[in-house]
Amino acid sequence: MFELPSGAEIQSIIASLKGNVGFFLPEIYLSVLFMVLILIDLVVKGRKNNLLSIATLLGLAGSIFFIHQQHALPAGELFFGMYVLDPYALFFKYFSVVGGMLAVIITMADRQFDREVKSIGEYYALIVSMVIGMIMMASSADLLMIFLSMELVSLTAYILTGYFKRNARSSEAALKYLVYGAVSSGLMIYGFSLIYGLTAQTNLIKISTELAAHGYDPLVAMLATLLILAGFGYKIGAVPFHFWSPDVYEGAPTPITAYLSVASKAAGFALLTRFFLISVPHGQPKIEDILGIDWTLLLTVLSIASMIYGNVVAIWQKNVKRLLAYSSIAHAGYLLLGIIVRDQLGTQATLFYLLSYFLMNFGAFYVVILIANKTGSENLDDYRGLGKRMPLAGAALTVFLISLVGLPPTVGFIGKLMIFSSLLAKGSLYLGLALVGILTSVISLYYYMLIPLNMYLRDAQHPAEKDFNPGMIAQVLMAVLMFLTLYFGLFFTPLSDFARYSSALFGLTW
Amino acid sequence: MEQLTTIGLNHYLTVSAFLLGFGLFAVMTRKNAIVILMGVELILNAANINFLAFSKFNGGMQGVMFALFVIVLAAAEAAIALAIVINVFKTFKTVDVSNIDSMKE
Repeated sequence: MFELPSGAEIQSIIASLKGNVGFFLPEIYLSVLFMVLILIDLVVKGRKNNLLSIATLLGLAGSIFFIHQQHALPAGELFFGMYVLDPYALFFKYFSVVGGMLAVIITMADRQFDREVKSIGEYYALIVSMVIGMIMMASSADLLMIFLSMELVSLTAYILTGYFKRNARSSEAALKYLVYGAVSSGLMIYGFSLIYGLTAQTNLIKISTELAAHGYDPLVAMLATLLILAGFGYKIGAVPFHFWSPDVYEGAPTPITAYLSVASKAAGFALLTRFFLISVPHGQPKIEDILGIDWTLLLTVLSIASMIYGNVVAIWQKNVKRLLAYSSIAHAGYLLLGIIVRDQLGTQATLFYLLSYFLMNFGAFYVVILIANKTGSENLDDYRGLGKRMPLAGAALTVFLISLVGLPPTVGFIGKLMIFSSLLAKGSLYLGLALVGILTSVISLYYYMLIPLNMYLRDAQHPAEKDFNPGMIAQVLMAVLMFLTLYFGLFFTPLSDFARYSSALFGLTW
Repeated sequence: MEQLTTIGLNHYLTVSAFLLGFGLFAVMTRKNAIVILMGVELILNAANINFLAFSKFNGGMQGVMFALFVIVLAAAEAAIALAIVINVFKTFKTVDVSNIDSMKE
């Protein structure tokens, strides 16, 4: 049935694999870091070990050097089309690594870990393995690699969500995350098998040429599309695959919530964009791709549903982490808009929006942790009068929330502006979508502003003790994030240039 | 009659579609977390049958590779899933998902 390769062929395959290893250094480095962290944990036991935190932080910072070196390498396929290296993948490599570093820093500030866990060794190792998974998600160009990297991220995320073993909310969140995740990845795999049946290929670029050349059965293609979208939609947390996200965001350790809501979502978008732009054949007027139209239509429905549902349900939330969960569903909707446009401007806008979302969401979750450390609560009512007792935290949270609404002069405003202008540049067809986006942003103004309202204009129910200083390092980080949110809102050219540079996908000419 | 006796691609696809259906049914109707995970295994195996059947009938190797990796990952997922379910049982004293619902809107 299968032909065996000859000796010479095997030699050339091995030579090619060896040649490609040089393009794979960041991933190898991070894998070594993962093992080193486990070894360090064996040697130095302890609660929230500072040595481990610093080692993880420095290790992750070291990987930026390797990623930076990859700019010099030519874009191309590695390992027989399993993996690609292009500016788009590099963008998400930076994104995941810096996100991982922030997650570590936030963990160091979080007091809940002191109460809930005995040993924290594997926690940091798992964060590193999640970073590897996300990097691989952004670089996969083959259905098999997509599946493997997605499972790597999911499996580590399940464990990290349930890391507070004796905490009921954390265990429950892990179970819900697991059940939804397992079902949606199972459905996605079934969709992949249908695509494989249609094209006999697993490489995205080859799938695209195969679909364009030989056509396909629209019904099967539609079914495969729906099933695959279940997997991707779950990762990005878009309606109607969002059921897990409020519970998981509320129950998980807050650093993990922040990391999941930013980096895991971004990695999902990396996959979705690559899959959507590359494997769906474009520019074929003959079958002005049925699959392409269906994808656009499906994504439009998902995007509108996410924007409306996320923003409307958030209004009734009393828990700030839950509120941010619903807001992240809404943001998935805005991000989808940039993909629907399906051109370079739209991709650039999506990447820029991800960067701005990174700053403001990490910032918001960081302040929420600092406040929870002091008040022991994430309830909206307990935020009363905090503006006077924690002036810097209050100011920073207000800035992040203004940015999440999308008001100037913050980076969130520029992000929304770019998304909507990329929609409008495409023609009046997308005017309605932009309108939905703008109207739902207005709704979001209400629930985001409830938090500053409680902090500044309402007095605390129980006048508490005076000690509300979160510590020097925490304040510096908070101030830096706040400063960046404002700075890039005014001088956004470097970020938008970087996003533009990163919108080059291998195998795609705009 | 010949349709029934010579096993072709359609037979494999039918079996796999049934497996997918049973898996989804189990996931949607059962309350026991472990039975839900069994349903997930059915879905994964349905995909495996698809991959192997397509691989057999178009002569490619990718489908076989894919099925192997799916089997490995299903095992890894089951290990983690059971660990989480055991932990949930320790905390809640039940694995009935309708009772594990402490977080509400």
